[in-house]
Amino acid sequence: MKLPAIALIPRFPADTVPRAQNPLARPILPMDELPAHMRPERSFQGFILALQRFWAEQGCVILQPYDMEMGAGTFHPATTLRALGPRPWRAAYVQPSRRPKDGRYGENPNRMQHYYQYQVIMKPSPPDLQDLYLKSLAAIGLDSSLHDIRFVEDDWESPTLGAWGLGWECWCDGMEVSQFTYFQQVAGVECAPVAGELTYGLERLAMYVQGVDRVYDLNFNGREGADKVTYGDVFLQAEQEYSRHNFEYSDAEMLFKQFVMAEEACKKYLAAGWKNGGNQKEHLMALPAYDQCIKASHVFNLLDARGVISVTERASYIARVRDLAKACGEAWVHTEAGRAA
Amino acid sequence: MPDLLLELFSEEIPARMQAKAADDLRRMVTDKLVAEGLVYEGAKAFVTPRRLALTVHGIPARQPDLKTERKGPKIGAPDAAVQGFLKATGLKSLDEANIQRDPKGDFYIALIEKPGRATLDVLAELLPVIVRTFPWPKSMRWGERSAKPGALTWVRPLHSIIATFGIETEEPEVVKFAIDGIDAGQTTHGHRFMAPSAISVRRFDDYEAKLKAAKVVLDPQARKDIILADAKQLAFAQGFELVEDQVLLDEVSGLVEWPVVLMGSFDQEFLSIPGEVIRATIRNNQKCFVVSDPKTGKLTNKFILTANIEASDGGKAIIAGNERVIRARLSDAKFFYETDLKTKLEDRLPKFEQIIFHEKLGTQGERIKRIERLAAEIAPLVGADVEKTKRAAHLAKADLLTEVVGEFPELQGLMGKYYALAQGEDASVAAASEEHWKPQGPADRVPSDPVSIAVALADKIDTLVGFWAIDEKPTGSKDPYALRRAALGAIRLIVENTIRLPILKAAQSAIDGLPAKGAKYPAADVQKLPADLLSFFADRLKVQLRDQGARHDLVDAVFALGGQDDLLMVVRRVEALAKFLDTDDGKNLLAGTKRASNILSIEEKKDKRSFDGAPDAALYKLDEEKALAKAIDQVKSEAGSAVAKEDFAAAMRAMAKLRPAVDAFFDKVKVNDDEPKVRENRLKLLNEIRAATRAVADFSKIEG
Repeated sequence: MKLPAIALIPRFPADTVPRAQNPLARPILPMDELPAHMRPERSFQGFILALQRFWAEQGCVILQPYDMEMGAGTFHPATTLRALGPRPWRAAYVQPSRRPKDGRYGENPNRMQHYYQYQVIMKPSPPDLQDLYLKSLAAIGLDSSLHDIRFVEDDWESPTLGAWGLGWECWCDGMEVSQFTYFQQVAGVECAPVAGELTYGLERLAMYVQGVDRVYDLNFNGREGADKVTYGDVFLQAEQEYSRHNFEYSDAEMLFKQFVMAEEACKKYLAAGWKNGGNQKEHLMALPAYDQCIKASHVFNLLDARGVISVTERASYIARVRDLAKACGEAWVHTEAGRAA
Repeated sequence: MPDLLLELFSEEIPARMQAKAADDLRRMVTDKLVAEGLVYEGAKAFVTPRRLALTVHGIPARQPDLKTERKGPKIGAPDAAVQGFLKATGLKSLDEANIQRDPKGDFYIALIEKPGRATLDVLAELLPVIVRTFPWPKSMRWGERSAKPGALTWVRPLHSIIATFGIETEEPEVVKFAIDGIDAGQTTHGHRFMAPSAISVRRFDDYEAKLKAAKVVLDPQARKDIILADAKQLAFAQGFELVEDQVLLDEVSGLVEWPVVLMGSFDQEFLSIPGEVIRATIRNNQKCFVVSDPKTGKLTNKFILTANIEASDGGKAIIAGNERVIRARLSDAKFFYETDLKTKLEDRLPKFEQIIFHEKLGTQGERIKRIERLAAEIAPLVGADVEKTKRAAHLAKADLLTEVVGEFPELQGLMGKYYALAQGEDASVAAASEEHWKPQGPADRVPSDPVSIAVALADKIDTLVGFWAIDEKPTGSKDPYALRRAALGAIRLIVENTIRLPILKAAQSAIDGLPAKGAKYPAADVQKLPADLLSFFADRLKVQLRDQGARHDLVDAVFALGGQDDLLMVVRRVEALAKFLDTDDGKNLLAGTKRASNILSIEEKKDKRSFDGAPDAALYKLDEEKALAKAIDQVKSEAGSAVAKEDFAAAMRAMAKLRPAVDAFFDKVKVNDDEPKVRENRLKLLNEIRAATRAVADFSKIEG
């Protein structure tokens, strides 16, 4: 029997694929009947839903995207701030990620200024996190008896977040599909306990599973013919418009001001948030202050894309955002959710 | 005797750290065993992406017993001293102590026997210490225990430990210890995907065999052998040749436990990109090998990947996946290359005005101008066309701003050459983009095209003079700007191309071109700089000669003459001198000259004066004196004119003529004659020997 290039998860009695011997290849989800258009290899949304479902099964809270512009899922307070402090935390969510500099006016097959990351955070990192990750790949149709899945060294560091961790890029048949990190420090604070973070590049993975070479050709809704909606139908125009905006028309003067405003607001909220007049024991406004840090970071990315920040200034802007992030981390560990019970 | 088996099973260890980790494990365990008096027969360490393993065989089952004597207080010492002695030695009473007679009195002596402990117990104590202090370049915490201070750190989460100890014929014992909740035992796991179940092992032999059955090749060398042999075979089967790559092989073997070598291909159209770019793309980003066609010597549209599993479809999906990624990568590379071709190299130069080379040495743009000027000055000395040299220096660094070099920095220079050729530059000008970076090290090729030589020398001298001027010289092991390499490169360029370049003059010219003094440029002592730099060259030359097994002390003997800044002539002199000193004449003349120098320095000290000046022929009493004086005159003039003609071999042959006269002189003539005038005259004659030999070198600086 000729096997398809991508193994399908036998969730449908009609297309039973021989189950591999490897226990990881077994479907994790109950054998319910998913309609074809919802299967991960057929639609982008089905693909996301399969991940949501898988991580929900692992006890994660399934959050919705954070309602602010940010460069990566790591910026979501559910990761940055919740990674700090002793309390256990398990969450998973999709986060739209804005990288103004990566815009290509919709002309590059896989580079965009807006794309989706799927983010999983588990604190403390469970002993079987690698196995869970591999099972999640099986859940989206990547059979580890058919594909070459590898953990290749990748030390993660975010200068703007004052964060670092050790882990890997996860490769599937030579393609980087995820990042796997054990956070050691976030916002300048040691992680105790350590959280494990998984980040999936959703479009890239979905392209692989759907077998398309151009992101805009991804089937978004899993329908065919007139009902089919592609990724390009949803996002191509946005890529063109935002590339134009990010590189040519964004109002640099306003953005410079916004950066300073966000920076000042962040500091103001942090200073005002200490209970009982700043005895540095209990903080009541870490989250609103952190929003301003996210804001400053994104404004910086916009300015950077606009090419109005020189090489030397660049380092100092990054340091300013990092200082905000660190101060927010410090405040967070003095809040209800961030400190020891 | 019993053997130890140790395995530390973890999540994936970075490939680049594996070899050293195996070495460290072996060294740490065996050092500690020896320190505990446990001399072993042999040890070998292994590593895969998921495990560090060690076998130590032939360890004694127990430590040897240790007997020590401890001297106590004098007989009749105060009770406190006696009690202290008993407590320290563990004796129950003084009856158990011996008495030692001593001129100072009688002392109690305790004989302490420390029985050797069972090796199993020693291991249980030392292995956890090794795990906790293991020198990973970077290590991390993980899981629940990371909440507490003092949690175990490892390169990635550590999952299990095997530690067994015992003799071949018996069931070995588990070395009992636990680290952060991990109990040492005898269980491990096979291949992550193909044989993930638990495996119980007893000793190294069955450990290695069971792992193999569980799709794990423990020995990294064995994995390399498999990959290399299979890759060559796959290429050969299609009439091609593997482009071997040791560094890549080392890395790839550290990414798999069960290597499965597969071949894929890419679209022919990508072969329009330079082969080096294809290789860099496929190698750096995808960790795959490239393949060449032996008929053309060029790359083919094939690549070789190393998977970690025997896939159920024979690798079809894996190959297809890798092909897709490589296609995308090559599309990017092709796009970069074609984009680069649209901009002329000289049009990139204005950007260099914004890029700082070093805050005290100005921008890259300024540096390029300096190199242009210096290269133009050097050009006539190396037989290069001045205009071509200027053009070459003008364009040589421009490729640093291209997309391809931005993506693959190791292609700097080479891409410059391709782009220069594409825009119709002269072949020598284009070649200089690549060649002026050379030689990068002692093994690298030295350029021979005069244009490349001129630019390469200008580049290196500008670098050296610049960093000298701002006092950023190499110190000890620190040489962040690779200045030693630059100096050695300049030496090789000069010597291997037989170039006459006065270094002092070139250095002075380079200094003149540096940014103005002042706030921007707090120069070290510029007056001393050229001479200081010259002595750095002398040191590098010595190192190079020593590495080649040549006599490096001769370099000092030549530089001691002063004014020697023509490195080619220095080397020629050193070579001629080395040859001469290998002959009997040379050895004896050296001995004679040294003897003359020794006598002179003693007498100079005694008389507190030097014996310069010509000797008085009227004061010669003996034939040997006269003969020596005559020989010196003759040698002086012959050697002098030979040196003037740069014929150092002839100068040495002239020197050889001095030897019989010197020997005869020391044989027959007593230097310290009773008559002061004669003595003074003879000392002056000795001084003349020293002076005559200085025509070729300062013999006093020669060892031996």
